[in-house]
Amino acid sequence: MSRIKTAFLDLGYMDTLSNRDTPVHNLDPRAKLLTTLIFIITVISFGKHEISALVPFFIFPAAIISIGNLPFYYLFRKLLIVTPFAIMIGIFNPLIDREILMHIGSFSISGGWISFASIMLRFALTAGSVLVLIACTGFNSVCMALDKMGAPRIFAVQLLFLYRYIFVLINEASRVANARSLRSFDGKGKGIKVFSYLLGHLLLRTIDRAQRIHLAMLCRGFDGEIKIRRRLNIGTKEVLYTLTWSAFFILMRIYNVSQLAGKFLTEFFL
Amino acid sequence: MHMADALISPAVGGTVWAASAGLIAYCSKKVRDDVDDIKIPLMGVAGAFIFAAQMINFTIPGTGSSGHLGGAMILSILLGPYAAFLTMASILTVQALFFADGGLLALGCNIFNLGFFPCFIAYPFIYKLIAGEKPTQNRILLGATTASILGLQMGAFGVVLETLFSGISELPFGTFVLLMQPIHLAIGIVEGIVTASVVSFVWKSRPELIQKAPLASPANRISFKYVLAGFLVATVLTGGVLSWFASSHPDGLEWAVFHTTGKEELEAPGHKVYSLLEKIQEKTAFLPDYNFRTTKEVEAKEQEVVMDSGTTVSGLVGGALVLVFAAFIGFALKKRSGTGSHL
Repeated sequence: MSRIKTAFLDLGYMDTLSNRDTPVHNLDPRAKLLTTLIFIITVISFGKHEISALVPFFIFPAAIISIGNLPFYYLFRKLLIVTPFAIMIGIFNPLIDREILMHIGSFSISGGWISFASIMLRFALTAGSVLVLIACTGFNSVCMALDKMGAPRIFAVQLLFLYRYIFVLINEASRVANARSLRSFDGKGKGIKVFSYLLGHLLLRTIDRAQRIHLAMLCRGFDGEIKIRRRLNIGTKEVLYTLTWSAFFILMRIYNVSQLAGKFLTEFFL
Repeated sequence: MHMADALISPAVGGTVWAASAGLIAYCSKKVRDDVDDIKIPLMGVAGAFIFAAQMINFTIPGTGSSGHLGGAMILSILLGPYAAFLTMASILTVQALFFADGGLLALGCNIFNLGFFPCFIAYPFIYKLIAGEKPTQNRILLGATTASILGLQMGAFGVVLETLFSGISELPFGTFVLLMQPIHLAIGIVEGIVTASVVSFVWKSRPELIQKAPLASPANRISFKYVLAGFLVATVLTGGVLSWFASSHPDGLEWAVFHTTGKEELEAPGHKVYSLLEKIQEKTAFLPDYNFRTTKEVEAKEQEVVMDSGTTVSGLVGGALVLVFAAFIGFALKKRSGTGSHL
């Protein structure tokens, strides 16, 4: 019950975040989408034992979070919820790859732990950047961007439809689940039989709803072709944003900034 | 089941992405050409239904754990494979964007594993074969259960292969298969039974919904062949191009070797020659990783062990420094944008 409500409120909250008025929010969604994609590709193109060179990449999400005035702890918590999958697959690396790769004093670290740390860093960077993208862009704008960037119109419309009706249906499903849990004691009635009746009814109502929507669309002149009317424009700001960040990512891909900084620091003081 | 960006390589991610994008384009064309334009709102609402349905759990008898409805098979049965594939793709996109479940680049893999296999393999070749032209209650039950189970097995195997080819995880093929397949067999059985029971409920109350769906978009064998062929060409092309690109920095160790030796060229000039030769060999070799990987990896590892801890320490110190710097930038910008917003 509480989970349903939380998930629903969550979607709504991300939507609220994307309506803020900051320099990042006002950029064209295409620029942001492209930059995030370049960011992800650069991050995952590193070798599996890379750690230090990945760290500087945190500058990108950090910068967007602060300029976009986004709640860091909220996004961080969202990230934590999905960590188990990366841990589940990654944790086998330390078990399998036990070859010692690194010594720090008398402490030695195996290749597996290094690659595990690398996986977790990549995960935080890639998943974090996507959350940041949505929080400062909004789902509808991302769909528009996809449409403008050449994705099939039907797919973009499908995404918009889905997003519109998720709110409606999650509300309905939460009422159903609520009603069931109020009537079930000792876990009775939570089995598969009642479940499939509930879902079946929900599905039938959903199909009826789709028919009503279709009729409403026909009344408004729908002829099988969907028209999206929203102007997006790429200006100097967008070009600058994408190019600067991309150049920055590529530079960080070529030069290990952490290593350089560390070298400078250790040589300077030692 | 959802793959994450952290576990795939750009070559694998890009290749499967291209395949999935091609399928989305193809299915979009198919759905657009469909005479029955009620599919367009129906797909959207059905996708939202799958989402909502995942919020309602049921208890699995005897285990105390809970399960929920999987999506692709029920969508295929209701909407036909093309519309179902698009709907699955849109569901996965929302999950990737809002819940960071999967990632942008891994989205291609996820759409392929959870959409292609159930919609284009399990539905036409298993469900329709069992349910037949004139389905009965039992045939629908059997068909939906079997198709869900096998579809999920294929998807899980897809995850194994994609992870393996990416080479980020150390899991060997055998172990990974033994880990993934049985877990997904259990999940598949539960999902299959649920799918079958919901489908049979709909069949009992509104049989025309189940009968109509296959008629609306018949699995056209010939065009499916084209799609497979096109998709093979795309895969080979992108795979070829991307892996050529990727092979100049094939894996972490090789990159690390080149990188560290490149840095230390003044102290050890011999290393430069070594790395140069390696690079030439990599560029010229047909399958660069296959012929010298083992020896090289060992050498690389030896080298890293021998490598004095100065470099590692400087890496760690630098990393910490940069992290602090990133946080600092964050705070500084926040303050600025904070004051800016008051204006």
